[in-house]
Amino acid sequence: MIKVLARSIREYKKASILTPLLVTVEVILECAIPFVIANLVNEMQAGCTMDVIVRYGVALIAMSVISLIFGAAAGSTCATASTGFARNLRKDMFYKIQDYSFENIDKFSVSSLVTRLTTDITNVQMAFMMIIRIAIRCPLMLIFSFTMGFVMGGRLAMIFLFTVPILAIGLCLVIRKTMPLFRRVFRKYDALNDSVQENVQAMRVVKSFVREDYEKKKFGAAAENVQKDFTRAERILALNSPLMQFCVYAGMVFVMSYGSYAVITSRGLDLNVGQMSAMLTYSFQILMSLMMVSMVFVMITMSAESAERIVEVLSETSTLRSPENALTEVKDGSIDFDGVNFKYSKKAERMALSDIDLHIKSGEIIGILGGTGSSKSSLVQLIPRLYDVTEGSVKVGGVDVRKYDLEALRNQVAVVLQKNVLFSGTIKDNLRWGNPNATDEQMEEACRLAQADEFIQQFPNKYDTWIEQGGSNVSGGQKQRLCIARALLKKPKILILDDSTSAVDTRTDALIRKGFREFIPDTTKIIIAQRVASVQDADRIILMEGGRIAAMGTHDELMKTNAVYQDIYNSQNRAGGDKDAE
Amino acid sequence: MPNNNSIARGRRAPKGVMRRLIRMVFEFYPKLLPLALICILVNAIVSSMPSIFMQNAIAVVEEHFASGDWAAASGRIFYLLTILITMYVISLGANVAYNQLLAIITQGSLAKLRKKMFNHMQDLPIRYFDTHNHGDIMSFYTNDIDTLRQLISQSLPQLMISGVTLISVFCIMLYYSIYLALVVVCGVVVMTLIARYVSGHSSRYFLEQQVTIARTEGFMEEMMNGQKVVKVFCHEEGAKADFDKVNDALFENSCKANRYANILMPLLGNIGNVMYVVVALVGGAMLLNGAGNLSLSGMALGISIVVPFLNMTKQFAGAIGQVSNQVNMVVMGLAGAHRLFSLLDEQPETDEGYVTLVNAQEKPDGSLVEVAERTNTWAWKHPHHDGTVSYTRLMGDVRFFDVDFGYTPEKTVLHNITLYAKPGQKVAFVGSTGAGKTTITNLINRFYDIADGKIRYDDININKIKKADLRHSLGIVLQDTNLFTGTVMDNIRYGNLEASDEECIAAAKLAGADDFISRLPEGYNTMLTGNGANLSQGQRQLLAIARAAVADPPVMIMDEATSSIDTHTEAIVQKGMDALMAGRTTFVIAHRLSTVQNADAIMVLDHGRIIERGTHEDLIKLKGTYYQLYTGALELD
Repeated sequence: MIKVLARSIREYKKASILTPLLVTVEVILECAIPFVIANLVNEMQAGCTMDVIVRYGVALIAMSVISLIFGAAAGSTCATASTGFARNLRKDMFYKIQDYSFENIDKFSVSSLVTRLTTDITNVQMAFMMIIRIAIRCPLMLIFSFTMGFVMGGRLAMIFLFTVPILAIGLCLVIRKTMPLFRRVFRKYDALNDSVQENVQAMRVVKSFVREDYEKKKFGAAAENVQKDFTRAERILALNSPLMQFCVYAGMVFVMSYGSYAVITSRGLDLNVGQMSAMLTYSFQILMSLMMVSMVFVMITMSAESAERIVEVLSETSTLRSPENALTEVKDGSIDFDGVNFKYSKKAERMALSDIDLHIKSGEIIGILGGTGSSKSSLVQLIPRLYDVTEGSVKVGGVDVRKYDLEALRNQVAVVLQKNVLFSGTIKDNLRWGNPNATDEQMEEACRLAQADEFIQQFPNKYDTWIEQGGSNVSGGQKQRLCIARALLKKPKILILDDSTSAVDTRTDALIRKGFREFIPDTTKIIIAQRVASVQDADRIILMEGGRIAAMGTHDELMKTNAVYQDIYNSQNRAGGDKDAE
Repeated sequence: MPNNNSIARGRRAPKGVMRRLIRMVFEFYPKLLPLALICILVNAIVSSMPSIFMQNAIAVVEEHFASGDWAAASGRIFYLLTILITMYVISLGANVAYNQLLAIITQGSLAKLRKKMFNHMQDLPIRYFDTHNHGDIMSFYTNDIDTLRQLISQSLPQLMISGVTLISVFCIMLYYSIYLALVVVCGVVVMTLIARYVSGHSSRYFLEQQVTIARTEGFMEEMMNGQKVVKVFCHEEGAKADFDKVNDALFENSCKANRYANILMPLLGNIGNVMYVVVALVGGAMLLNGAGNLSLSGMALGISIVVPFLNMTKQFAGAIGQVSNQVNMVVMGLAGAHRLFSLLDEQPETDEGYVTLVNAQEKPDGSLVEVAERTNTWAWKHPHHDGTVSYTRLMGDVRFFDVDFGYTPEKTVLHNITLYAKPGQKVAFVGSTGAGKTTITNLINRFYDIADGKIRYDDININKIKKADLRHSLGIVLQDTNLFTGTVMDNIRYGNLEASDEECIAAAKLAGADDFISRLPEGYNTMLTGNGANLSQGQRQLLAIARAAVADPPVMIMDEATSSIDTHTEAIVQKGMDALMAGRTTFVIAHRLSTVQNADAIMVLDHGRIIERGTHEDLIKLKGTYYQLYTGALELD
């Protein structure tokens, strides 16, 4: 796990190594300063002259300045290292996700990926900062303070042997008790926030069923549940502070009682007043650093889960990659399915597609019909190699799709997805996804073909109209037509429309298809639709059922031979509303 | 639409937010909070005292160590120790108490605040949700609440402890020596100035970091939701380049913010050291020169004063460091609190309705009486000014009279809408997107209130009907189906919480959903998560129809309810739908003209006006817009 994460440090390696080094110097000075001070106090008690004080003063100020310089430098390199590390992690993850296949994306959900990219990375960034700065600082501080304590205080330092184990054991117990609690409660907390999101999105449903009070009660119970667990965990964690104070107090009492006894009985020979006051300082410092160690420990353990979730994303290998010596030329738009079986994941029991044998000539128009869940979309997604077949092969232009360079293949196979999205940006920005170098004329031409030009021209800003995230400011039909135009700009050899005109009225739908026939006759067109009218004039119509090709033929043939097809046709035409315009 | 009203992030909170926050926590815990504060106070005061005893003890030791006479010293030492231990015990007790209390108060306050926000949010009008970005609303519950947690549980007590420590240590300093205390004051002024300068920078960048985090999150969310499109268009490189831009901006801000924050501690710590040296020098000089002392105690300056004074200097510097360490937390927490308060200050949906829906029973003479049990006969209970109460049978008669409406006062989207739907009739709306079809249904259930005209429901002005009762009498199925985390059964029962399992199953059968539900792994007990992610869009719509069916309302609104069901399935569902609509007043918005053909009245809307109305046959004969739509000569979008 650490190895995978460490790969993202890269250019911040120098800062990451420098920080602990700088911290080391800072800590050495910080520990030395009380030592010098103790000596100064001794000198003063012995009634030294002013120049001794000045000498000590100069030394102390010099040490403070050096400590400041190193401390500030450490703080600065630490900030650079940790935030830089976080930046690289985010970048690596995002890049990795860009290279994911559909199968990979389906495995993680979008919301989980976003959490991993934000909250989890922030946690790891904090932990990294702790590790290179405080986690080095505290043990060092501890060792130095111990040594100095024994050097300075002699026998007095024995108290540490008593208080430190108590504190250490106490902290360990606290951590062991709280960690599982925290882990559990954070999961509950996530679920609570998910339920808020659900509620906000479904507000119209909540209000129209007058379920406000029901929702309040439901949320109240969940919130109290989270509160109960959080309070329990935090109350245990809250024992840290009194525990630490107890140890400090115990140390103080010991130093004052035994210390003064030792000083007086030895007449200040075994132990002097300066040593006594130095001990008081050190005992505080040691316990402080132990305390910090415990906090760091809690932080790191808490972020371990985040780190794991990040590594999961980073070490996922894309299931689809371009082969070596990949072909970059697609000869034509012919498609061949040879004995194709397909399932979405290896674990899936049911085949999404079985025994598909299908041969489509370049330039043909194929219509695909079938009920929800009949694997229409699965069939076409194999063509641009969005998924790989489980058995058999899919060929485009007479060559297995697995032999092509992915980008070359996908540039020739344009898919207008069922769940299509526009991105925030102008209409032009969105269209240029199809072809980054498209001229205004090309864009307008594609939009005319997709029957989008007309409504775009009605917008005040025409092609420069700003599209909101997800295309929320255009209607469903307009969105679909823009998506078609975007795909057309690729000038593909194969064009696949996956239920892409469902929100477009029948007349426009017909016009779009007419345009296809007239202006891009050589492009192979595959049209998935719910309306018979949308596929009626195709060269061949495929009827899908349960992942198999149930029937295939022209409209007239199917009308004569296939009962299911007749059923669908009649159900749509009995009412007559969806009659084609022609 | 979203985005145009998002709450400003990354702004410093205006004055008064702190006071309001403390007042709110105080209201949540009127007894525990003061108790906790007292414990903090006791702990802070007591733990700053020991330096006095230390000084006394050291003085005793100094007095006696030359003679080495322990017996002479032990009496006073033990006396001091006894007091010290007593104080320690008090301090420890206070420490345990306030830490426990704070854990309870913090988590309790957050839970109460969360509930308060959520409850308030439930009462906000739909307009709020239509005009605010959902991501923004969500971050109230995540980012903003999280910053408050730090603020209440750590920063507030820390600030208080440090404040008390500063004051009490300063008093002791004055007690010992005013001159030396003045030296410390000078140091404090320097430290404060530096702390203000540095923390001012860091908190500015921390606030900016919050803004860039939100922006990065938004970008990632958009890209990943469209990840499949990115793949299909081979746009990965472009997405990476765009991501680098937002990612680098985030790095810049968080790096600067952390750098300033990290520098602050060593800076203050070492200034504390320098202050220490200066006090030592001044103290030493005064000792050697035998300068007079000015103090509240009137003690002469001696080594037994200078040594504890040095310790106090350190304590003092440490306390200032603690305070400045909290500045970023406080600034971010207050900005978060400010946003939360903006949610709590939103005006809730008002309801002046007084006509309620009650169970009724028909007496032989045809009049209605109110009864407690469910009778399946409903009546509007209408109290009048003169104290009498009249009952009107719930029929489902809806009439619009010259209704005008606009989402904003400047832009009217519905003009002069007059229509009527008699009980049991099916009224359909046809028209392009933006013609106002959904808006009309928004007015019937009073998601929005009309600007002009009148809507009467069973001859009662709908403004007089209590909103909850009005909505209870309306069933609605929307185009975008929202399901809740829970079992399939829970989701159907959402329509009527008192429905038995059998009633829910009957409703599912009516909607044609029973078939696919029984094929789910655990049938009606299958858990749905993430808005029913494991179901297809069509299956989700069937569940929504079942949900409306179990509510059994006299009036139904179907807003594109079958748009995602394929026509083959729709044909199957249609029967259930017809069964559902039978005997109910139904408003149907549909894209497929086939689904509205058998309506009693079809309204063709254009730009907020009804341009044609009549039955299918009437409209076909009219050869107007509807006819053109029907024949496909006109585009419907």
